[in-house]
Amino acid sequence: MMDGSSSPLMELRNVAKRFGDHSHDGLKNINISLMHGETLAIAGSSGSGKTTLARLVMRLTRPDEGSIHLLGQDITHMGGGALRRMRPRFQMVFQDPLAAFNPRANVKRILEDPLRIHGFASKSEYGDILAQTLERVGLGTQYLQRLPLELSGGQRQRVAIARAILTKPQLIVLDEPVSALDVSVRAQILNLLLDLQAETRVSYLFISHDLAVVRAFANRMIVMEEGRIAEEGYTEEVLANPQANATQVLIDAVPRLVI
Amino acid sequence: MSSFRIGAALLLLLVLMALFAPVIAPGDPLAISGQAMLRPFESEAHLLGTDRLGRDVFAGLVHGTRTTLLVAFFSAAAALIIGSIVGTISGFLGGVTDIVLMRITEAFQTVPGFLLALATISVTGPSVPTLVLAISLGNWTQAARVTRAEVLSLRERDFVAAARTLGMRPFEIAFREILPNAFGPTASLAAISVATAILIEAALSFLGFGDPNRVTWGSMIAEGRTVLRAAPYLSIVPGIALVVTVLSVHLIGRGLSRTERLQP
Repeated sequence: MMDGSSSPLMELRNVAKRFGDHSHDGLKNINISLMHGETLAIAGSSGSGKTTLARLVMRLTRPDEGSIHLLGQDITHMGGGALRRMRPRFQMVFQDPLAAFNPRANVKRILEDPLRIHGFASKSEYGDILAQTLERVGLGTQYLQRLPLELSGGQRQRVAIARAILTKPQLIVLDEPVSALDVSVRAQILNLLLDLQAETRVSYLFISHDLAVVRAFANRMIVMEEGRIAEEGYTEEVLANPQANATQVLIDAVPRLVI
Repeated sequence: MSSFRIGAALLLLLVLMALFAPVIAPGDPLAISGQAMLRPFESEAHLLGTDRLGRDVFAGLVHGTRTTLLVAFFSAAAALIIGSIVGTISGFLGGVTDIVLMRITEAFQTVPGFLLALATISVTGPSVPTLVLAISLGNWTQAARVTRAEVLSLRERDFVAAARTLGMRPFEIAFREILPNAFGPTASLAAISVATAILIEAALSFLGFGDPNRVTWGSMIAEGRTVLRAAPYLSIVPGIALVVTVLSVHLIGRGLSRTERLQP
């Protein structure tokens, strides 16, 4: 470990992000830390700032205040080559897997990109690495020539996960990774993510509005409301005894089977 | 789709005509080959008649296809390439670069394309490469604007964000991820660009700014103008060729933009 496993893998310190003049938009005073091998869920209704948080952690945008730390390095204002060299360490899986792929790229090109960009392997090794990775996410090499449009939702998300794990990241941000999927496929994808975590000790920042999924998946959770942290704690405790109004709203939103 | 086929068939015919011009009408089309001012179908040796100096109209027409298509396609291609590169850079980088590039584009747009071509030709002198340059100079702005608009909407898409999280360089994101996806609407501009280029080339030749060593339809029309009353066919024949060419390109463009719209 670079800096001992007791220090957090990823940390947000007093992060704020504003959009336009509206003071109620964006994020305010966010403090989050994520340990190695941990899964932290970010829950909240739509518009609560979950996706903005994900984009900040991925450094797709910069915070207005505060700092973002990854693996002991301040990446808040990192840019250019330095940031690109950090990119393999943290990856993201997007909500809509179809939108997350270049519509003109086939699976082979999608998966070769991370290897090529970071020079992780020589060209002759691509075939083997891709075959192994596809097998790891439950797909076969027969999908290599397919375009994203020619895959099912579940298959697309498997390819997205394959792309994310190719660089052997320590952190994967999962932005509602199963909310666009068929209910029957959700459990398969979540189990795949759990298996990968057990193997590699990767940490997940799991963004979701579905508490049923959060309960099954995350050790700790944070509930967001209007860009603030409304409540945080261990998943079981938060769900058993919700303190914030926002948490109660989310709990009530979970569909119950009434017989 | 059927309009696309008709257009493609016409254009194919024109391209074959251009390619096999020396076979179809051997010899120098600018050489005097018979009696002057023969009407069409009057003589078997000169199917479409001869002009004031006794040059074969049919030979001129066939060889004129070469110049016309050559100049039109190269200048349209140049306009599209320059336009889509400028549009991509402008839309992708945004900020000051975008402002500067768009002001330059507007500066070009405010000057009529034909005037720009005329001014360029009068400085450089007429030849095929300078004609291509002169015509594309007034023709690239539309492609730039269309591409920019498309890039502006594409760059907010998740797959661009995904490319950034993978650590892809901005140059590669712009030209490998975004541009190919932005090119559809720009490509359907190709037809308009080709048609504009054909007309500008014809107009330049008509004014005497065409390549003097090549026959062009525009120069044939200009030649015929002096004897318009006595021999209207001298202007009408190349005029029809011009209409057919522009029409074929236009039909192809219509077909293209229709299929493009069907894509996701």
